[in-house]
Amino acid sequence: MTTTTAPHGGAAPPHGHDHDHPSFLAHHFDTPAQQEASAKMGMWVFLATEILMFSGLFLAYAIARWAYPEMVLEAHHHLSIPMGGVNTVVLITSSFTVAVGVRAAKIDNQKLLQWMLLATIFLAGCFLVVKYFEYSAKFEHGLLPGRFYTADYIAKDLTVPSPLGGPHTFFGIYFLMTGLHGVHVVLGMCVMTWIYLRARRGEFGPHFFTPVENVGLYWHLVDLVWIFLFPLLYLVK
Amino acid sequence: MATTTVEGALAGAAHDHREPSYIQASSGLKAWLFTIDHKRIGMMYLASVWTFFFIAGALALLFRLELLTPNLDLLLHLVGGENAAMIHAKALDLYNKLFTLHGGLMVFAFIVPSIPASLGNFFLPLMLGAKDVAFPKLNLASYYLYVIGASVVVYAILGAGLDTGWTFYTPYSTTTGTAVTTATLGVFIMGFSSILTGLNFIVTIHKMRAPGMTWNRMPLFLWAIYATSVIQILATPVLAITLLLLVMERTLGIGIFDPAMGGDPVLFQHFFWFYSHPAVYIMILPAFGVISEIIAVHSKKHIFGYWAIAISSVAIAIISFLVWGHHMFVSGQSEFAAVLFSFLTFAVAVPTAIKVFSWVATLYKGSISFTTPMLYGLMFLFTFTIGGLTGIFLGALAVDVHLHDTYFVVAHFHYVMMGGTVVAFLGGIHHWWPKMTGRMYPETLGKICSVIIFIGFNLTFFPQFIAGTQGMPRRYATYVDQYTIYHELSTVGSLILGVGLFIVAIYLLVSMFKGKQASDNPWGGASLEWATQSPPIEHNFHDTPHVDTDPYNFPNIDRSASIGHH
Repeated sequence: MTTTTAPHGGAAPPHGHDHDHPSFLAHHFDTPAQQEASAKMGMWVFLATEILMFSGLFLAYAIARWAYPEMVLEAHHHLSIPMGGVNTVVLITSSFTVAVGVRAAKIDNQKLLQWMLLATIFLAGCFLVVKYFEYSAKFEHGLLPGRFYTADYIAKDLTVPSPLGGPHTFFGIYFLMTGLHGVHVVLGMCVMTWIYLRARRGEFGPHFFTPVENVGLYWHLVDLVWIFLFPLLYLVK
Repeated sequence: MATTTVEGALAGAAHDHREPSYIQASSGLKAWLFTIDHKRIGMMYLASVWTFFFIAGALALLFRLELLTPNLDLLLHLVGGENAAMIHAKALDLYNKLFTLHGGLMVFAFIVPSIPASLGNFFLPLMLGAKDVAFPKLNLASYYLYVIGASVVVYAILGAGLDTGWTFYTPYSTTTGTAVTTATLGVFIMGFSSILTGLNFIVTIHKMRAPGMTWNRMPLFLWAIYATSVIQILATPVLAITLLLLVMERTLGIGIFDPAMGGDPVLFQHFFWFYSHPAVYIMILPAFGVISEIIAVHSKKHIFGYWAIAISSVAIAIISFLVWGHHMFVSGQSEFAAVLFSFLTFAVAVPTAIKVFSWVATLYKGSISFTTPMLYGLMFLFTFTIGGLTGIFLGALAVDVHLHDTYFVVAHFHYVMMGGTVVAFLGGIHHWWPKMTGRMYPETLGKICSVIIFIGFNLTFFPQFIAGTQGMPRRYATYVDQYTIYHELSTVGSLILGVGLFIVAIYLLVSMFKGKQASDNPWGGASLEWATQSPPIEHNFHDTPHVDTDPYNFPNIDRSASIGHH
């Protein structure tokens, strides 16, 4: 095996213990471009796992709807389309604000970046408040999952023999899907707050905005999941 | 001609000065516990997975001793109770808990993380010529998630009791009073660790390869780790949601797996095996990677069929998602589905056989040195092939109906998991021990132990094939007299196996402190991890290496290369 030494100097790529490293470049990356590409790819792979996790629930939904179509139709009337609709608008708007935030980081508009992150956090909060009222209404009427379900007045005339395939299954799936989605909204708010604090310290700019972009990607996914949940659960007919 | 250009290695040799290794770079417990160095994290994983391996192995020895005789005896002495009937019932319960803990720990705390998290963590960046994995902090986080998850599982089973087996099948798991919720939480956490490790490795392989390290110059170990990571990413989230549904079923009674409420318990099996069958390949693919390295390096010959081996790993990863139904031939799924799953299961044999034949072809006319790693490599070819071929028996629909849930299945997956993964893991540890610790293990003792393990392993599990074909069902604490001889052989074998593994653990630990100093490249390997010093420096290489050849060029000995176009 012959071993030769590559020329030192300008031709060689920068090394770990170099002095001309920008502050945001971690020790184990050679270039900022490599770091950025890695972070983005990592985020996309993570999003793929998120989609797969939700896909289990979408499968459960599909099976329930295929097995008991009348029940799903009947039960969905008890979800509030106005509240779900408002939340859809709120989330789509928040997706817009976070996208503007990423743009603001790219053009180095620090004030706009911070405001847009705050706006996104605020809108996520609005979503949860609406969700709180929606859940409370379900609790009051006994529209609860599985064995806690007490709203026997629904779906009385259905041909499906109760308790097999009753509306409790629909509400079980409803609470699981929106609940898991809600957890993601809360996590998104936490991460967004962290990004906001970093933005206030002026860490981001045209040369380094990957964390903002990644949290934006995550947020778009949360939005996207809701965009599927809304028609599937609220707009069955 | 082979030209591996590594500035650092040459500089080190020329000036004859050695930088402190990653072990010497900093000291103290905190420097290890909060390290983000992939090598230290790999070593911590190595210590942890072996700890769980020995705990779970000790449990296996315990119930193997119980199975020495047809009736309950040993376990009766371990439980207390007021009358004979109560003691008997408690002993049976204890047996259920023992095999659940053995299976749960072996699968989730040992085999799944074993090779990728320990050897993979240590060598993936080194083999790529990178300074670390892409996300070092995430790497440390995965390690702690793993430790927390495994501890929760141990607590759930030892502290509170769990008797579902490692598969958590409904409806039993939704109705039993034991700690299913806590145990699934533990597995859920370990699942996250697995996902994050897979994610880290995929990004590292895509983005952190050294200049000149093209995909076809990657050592085959990395291809195997890559295929494993892809499965981890695609399958583990499904396990997460399955376990979440199981917990919700138990706590909220959502009825999704409960036929009384319109659900379906078989749906759980679909969900579970959609993860757990690919997970079987999470467990075995890294072993294939290790074997490719061992066979090529220790027979000093260019690997036969580089692309065939590399792509067959990916092919196995893809097919693994299409065969989960072969665990459910007797669950009442449609006959059409069963036939389809049976056919697809046979398809797995094709890429697997491609690998085995390529390894055998690599040995052909190679300059084979019978070192300890190579003995494990050859042992793997033998035991894994038996494991793989018996998998075909089980994939055949009609035969499976007869063999389902018998000791034949137990023997089959132990031949694959232990005869495959554990043997490859042992081989890999010996192969890379000089690089990881800078010390040599005792070679003669190593060879003797590998023979003890080989005898013990086959004596333990081969009789189980016969017992299984004669109808001995798995998971029973007692059996009828006709199976006594097979159980006796099996128990004796397990003790031999236990002794062999114990001696290996002892001499490896001793060699860490007293072993002979290892050179940088004791086996004459050509991949990048051998180009840096033993043990490697903190940043792996003094400078980013440049690669202009593939990792299996052993120019001085390689005969096949000189015959061709050179």
